[in-house]
Amino acid sequence: MQITLNGQLQNIENSQTVADLLEELQIAHKKTVVERNGTIVIEEFHQQEGLMDGDRIEIIHFVGGG
Amino acid sequence: MNTEERFSRQRLFHGIGWEGQERLQEAHVIMVGAGALGSLTAETLVRAGVGKLTLIDRDYVEESNLQRQQLYTEADAEACTPKAEAAKKRLLDIRSDASIEIIVGEADPALLENCMPADLIIDGLDNMETRLMINDTALKHQIPWIYGACVGAYGLSYTVRPGQGPCLRCLMKGIPMEGETCDTVGIIAPAVQFVSATQVTEAMKLLTHSFEQLRGTLWSFDVWSNESSSIYVDSLQDKDCPSCGESPAYPALAWSGRSKAETLCGRDAVQVKPLPDMQVSLEQTADVHKQHLSKANQHLLVLNIENKRLVLFKDGRAIIHGVSGEVEARSLYQRYIGG
Repeated sequence: MQITLNGQLQNIENSQTVADLLEELQIAHKKTVVERNGTIVIEEFHQQEGLMDGDRIEIIHFVGGG
Repeated sequence: MNTEERFSRQRLFHGIGWEGQERLQEAHVIMVGAGALGSLTAETLVRAGVGKLTLIDRDYVEESNLQRQQLYTEADAEACTPKAEAAKKRLLDIRSDASIEIIVGEADPALLENCMPADLIIDGLDNMETRLMINDTALKHQIPWIYGACVGAYGLSYTVRPGQGPCLRCLMKGIPMEGETCDTVGIIAPAVQFVSATQVTEAMKLLTHSFEQLRGTLWSFDVWSNESSSIYVDSLQDKDCPSCGESPAYPALAWSGRSKAETLCGRDAVQVKPLPDMQVSLEQTADVHKQHLSKANQHLLVLNIENKRLVLFKDGRAIIHGVSGEVEARSLYQRYIGG
């Protein structure tokens, strides 16, 4: 399936849900803010929020450096 | 030096003008951290004519800082000059009439309280625990603060304004365990410059009262992969948030809300206890710090970092050997484990 992730087209092979996508991107253990098609998906719903072809996904993860 | 000439190009800019420049010159900004972000942001603010700058940092200059921490020189690294002190010297070379207060020490609630009143706090920190303390201090004093952080080629920023949208605690819901830090995956200077540029621009808008121009989103980018993102986060505001909700308790200002470091008698070691709401995973830590890992079992793991030995227990506690004191132990813990 093809999605637009942070403004760039990407092919996603193994992810059915937001939680899968965070795993695939190797940021599942981080604090994140996720938006799907303009609406924020809170952490409690990451497992059940399904992905569809053409989705616009924005993901921002927190880091501590500076 | 002729002040009119000095700031003439900035005053010509439509968003600032005479009035905006005057406001900048009357403002007091607290810059917490004088590493990569802090030194760059401090320089830009001083050049812009900010009235008073208070600069707080607990660290000293090392050779590995020079690639990106642009106020510092080889002489500073050789002399192990405290960053705040080295920064002040260079900042006064740039603008001799600037008002710069420095504090060489660890930012804690009492220390920040002594810096008030201020118009704005800007974050140039290297750990989340102190950021949550900044968050609570700013909210208690009803002043804005600007979060900024970076690692690798990635950076992000968010402006917290009391009563105007969520605070950092609303967005993060607890303390993240640190995965990647500048000490483990490195950092390139352009990532720092992107974040600093964003923070300074937001600071200029706040200080000149150009509130309608504020970005209003959580914003991130990766200068290497060319990704960027901007999310409206208003819906994440929590009315029960202990920092910005209806009955705030400001937990990060209480002693119980801070991590603890204590020197272990006769062992040349310091024990660090994490914050109550921080989750630590031995497996995750072992994976992220493979290159430092020397031993691991189901109860603990041992990391060897720069001639120091960090023993992390399952409950999040760490015993750190070979550090000079509690401040260094806490810094090492925050950089490698989290908080």
